[in-house]
Amino acid sequence: MSTNKEYLQTERDKEWRAELRKKMPAKDRTAKVRTRMPELDPFVRIQYQDREVNTGLTGQQAQVEASRCLDCINPTCIDGCPVSINIPKFVKYIELGNFLEAAKTLKETSALPAVCGRVCPQEKQCEATCFYTVKLKKDPVAIGHLERFAADYERESGSMSVPEVAPANGKKVAAIGSGPASLSFAGDMVKFGYDVTVFEALHEIGGVLKYGIPEFRLPNKIVDVELDNLQKMGVKFVRNFIVGKTASFEDLKSEGFEAFFVASGAGLPRFMNIPGENYNGILSSNEYLTRVNLMNAASEQFDTPVIKGKNVAVIGGGNTAMDSVRTAKRLGAERAMIIYRRSREEMPARVEEVHHAEEEGIEFMNLANPIEYFADEKGMVNRMRIQRMTLGEPDSSGRRRPIVLEGSEYDIPVDLVIVAVGVSPNPLIPSEVKELKVSKWGTIEVNEETMQSSIPELFAGGDIVRGGATVILAMGDGRKAAASMDQYLQEKMKK
Amino acid sequence: MNQIIDKVLFSEKVAKFVVDAPRIAKSRKPGHFVILRVDEKGERIPLTIAGADPVKGTIDLVVQKMGVSSTKLFDLNVGDFILDLVGPLGKATHIHNTGTILACGGGVGVAPMLPIVEAFKKAGNRVISILAARNKELIILEDEIRKWSDEVIIMTDDGSYGTKGLVTTGAEMVIQREKVNECIAIGPAVMMKFTSLLTKKYEIPTQASLNAIMVDGTGMCGACRVSVGGRTLFTCIDGPEFDAHQIDFNELIVRLGGYAAEEKLANERFLSSN
Ligand SMILES: Cc1cc2nc3c(=O)[nH]c(=O)nc-3n(C[C@H](O)[C@H](O)[C@H](O)COP(=O)(O)OP(=O)(O)OC[C@H]3O[C@@H](n4cnc5c(N)ncnc54)[C@H](O)[C@@H]3O)c2cc1C
Ligand SMILES: Cc1cc2nc3c(=O)[nH]c(=O)nc-3n(C[C@H](O)[C@H](O)[C@H](O)COP(=O)(O)OP(=O)(O)OC[C@H]3O[C@@H](n4cnc5c(N)ncnc54)[C@H](O)[C@@H]3O)c2cc1C
Ligand code: SF4
Ligand code: FES
Repeated sequence: MSTNKEYLQTERDKEWRAELRKKMPAKDRTAKVRTRMPELDPFVRIQYQDREVNTGLTGQQAQVEASRCLDCINPTCIDGCPVSINIPKFVKYIELGNFLEAAKTLKETSALPAVCGRVCPQEKQCEATCFYTVKLKKDPVAIGHLERFAADYERESGSMSVPEVAPANGKKVAAIGSGPASLSFAGDMVKFGYDVTVFEALHEIGGVLKYGIPEFRLPNKIVDVELDNLQKMGVKFVRNFIVGKTASFEDLKSEGFEAFFVASGAGLPRFMNIPGENYNGILSSNEYLTRVNLMNAASEQFDTPVIKGKNVAVIGGGNTAMDSVRTAKRLGAERAMIIYRRSREEMPARVEEVHHAEEEGIEFMNLANPIEYFADEKGMVNRMRIQRMTLGEPDSSGRRRPIVLEGSEYDIPVDLVIVAVGVSPNPLIPSEVKELKVSKWGTIEVNEETMQSSIPELFAGGDIVRGGATVILAMGDGRKAAASMDQYLQEKMKK
Repeated sequence: MNQIIDKVLFSEKVAKFVVDAPRIAKSRKPGHFVILRVDEKGERIPLTIAGADPVKGTIDLVVQKMGVSSTKLFDLNVGDFILDLVGPLGKATHIHNTGTILACGGGVGVAPMLPIVEAFKKAGNRVISILAARNKELIILEDEIRKWSDEVIIMTDDGSYGTKGLVTTGAEMVIQREKVNECIAIGPAVMMKFTSLLTKKYEIPTQASLNAIMVDGTGMCGACRVSVGGRTLFTCIDGPEFDAHQIDFNELIVRLGGYAAEEKLANERFLSSN
């Protein structure tokens, strides 16, 4: 975003920033090593499903880490951020010790910094394009950890500000789904003065943040604080309501809703369609994580069951696979294995999660692919057949294509298999709204600038538009959609 | 939160609940179901919408006591609330005028069959219903089914009511007697399997409504997957009704036992804590 350049420059020229830069010579800054995130001991943490692994930087650690940042004239880190957070500004506020201002800076652009600081793949985004990574070939400034620090500090300080809301304009809009895309959309729209209702199919608000990502990576209480805030600002949440089923778009229009933001996610789990995949004890990562995270199945106090496997194989190499395998470990697996058809380098999961998984004793069987499952007389899986792979030429995604090594099959004993090979767009809305234009993958087609779909009053964003993507992209979409829906409704009013 | 407006006991193990759910009462169609969670600790369980009153804003649910979750619901009374209730889910039954319909309901499966029988009758079909259960006690909704059927045949395993024998005995008798254009089978998986085998022999198109294990009911988890014609489908969004002749019933039966060990433990804990 080049229009941003001037603003960044003005901010950088402010006196406090200039002074701070002078306080320490650049070579002293670059001489420092990256501060390590304090974390729970692996042997301790694998005994708890609900203890966060990263315990967070102290104020002092955060200030030291922030002082590494060179406050570059051309802050390339921002180019790596999907929503262009003013990174040096918030980092320098931390160095200065003004943590609340740092949090405020984050909130200028990001609706949920405490979440993003924890789950963004920083190593592929801001930290990948940081001056340290690119030019100095050193560890980047720990932007993600600092983001989390500032947001946590604000929350724990009790001085979390509820943003100001424009006077009510009496116009009703709806968000469908309650994941990060909807939450950021709702936050912006309510600020503009709209009457916003978020409809959620499940009995909990939060989308993947609640049912998918486990407590040990993203505690529910962090999401709940954000939800509380939205509620205080006037956003209404309706659970157990499936738009398109419980009520149609037409019903909602007749109740006064003037525009809709569809953020129904990519919830449909994919399977591999290999022999034996429907045996008991083989489930999607969505089912496994939903049982544990949404239904509390690991606790005896709750009625929903979950299989506590001893030899657990998780198929896939993304965040969902890491979350599943680490959950299995915490639920008592003796052997918790990742089975991934490419090599570690191609793994789409956040690097930190892979690293944490290794510390926790997860076994990685890379360059391996399941081809068949076998079961006992009761239909319970007890063995799987794996084929070895090797890497060939890069494919369309730029990653090297896995090729089968003929005659390399071997069997391993398993009593729980979790399939985490990807998700497809939620088909509910596209199948209920026939006129809606969708791609051949089932994603809703929108104008990338405005997030408007082929139906003018219907906007869409997040995973339902992108396929399985990221929290920050979903949030960015929500904000974009809010801005253009606001414009759309204002223009409509003028007519 | 949805309040229970009325409760009617059909037997010691089967009860009908009339539940306040105005939105669902309006939008539901025959064949649809809901997912509910009785309390904070509860499971999400699927139940068919056995009827609805869009004016009063209520839906009917008929539940049979099986394990922990169905018992928790069964034990609720008029005035109590169900914590979470979402629907209508699934695809509605394809109702059309085809001639003669043979509707086979086993046990509590008669409840989901009721709105379907009603709709087929209203669409102008001749409807023959067979109600089957282990004994007289377990025959439910007989009067309601009679209202929408040209003929009702009762079958009990022990002969304590109607004719002694299985649902298939009654069905075969009808098929040999007259032309049946379509058949519906709803009940325990084993009952549907054998009904399907029978109608396949006579080449009568048959729909079965499956009771797969579910979690979310919105297509998100795949717990409810079934093999139909060699393809894996999700009962909650692609069903719950499928072409019975294409369904892998043996797989369904195995999958229904997927959490048997955990359910048994939970039930023992539940019983000892009450
Ligand atoms: C296990 C797991 C781990 C992940 N880890 C990371 C990570 O570390 N970092 C990262 O950036 N991303 C991660 N992701 C991806 C990220 O969570 C998603 O990209 C993001 O949540 C998408 O947000 P969304 O708002 O589009 O939809 P979602 O969060 O998917 O929410 C959609 C919601 O809509 C509801 N819904 C659907 N249809 C309807 C309807 N018709 N009516 C009402 N409600 C409806 C659904 O029930 C759901 O709650 C992970 C995903 C998973 C599954
Ligand atoms: C689309 C659909 C519609 C349904 N409609 C009705 C209905 O109208 N009325 C009704 O009483 N039940 C209905 N069921 C079945 C009902 O959901 C189950 O009986 C209930 O979930 C059992 O839960 P539980 O905890 O009480 O028993 P559990 O402890 O889970 O199970 C007790 C016993 O029941 C068996 N069982 C578990 N789940 C099912 C199942 N889904 N179907 C059959 N047996 C099962 C177990 O193997 C075990 O032996 C329906 C199921 C589906 C999928
Ligand atoms: S590129 Fe790195 S060093 Fe430069 S401003 Fe951004 S975070 Fe600081
Ligand atoms: S119940 Fe989860 S996909 Fe059908």
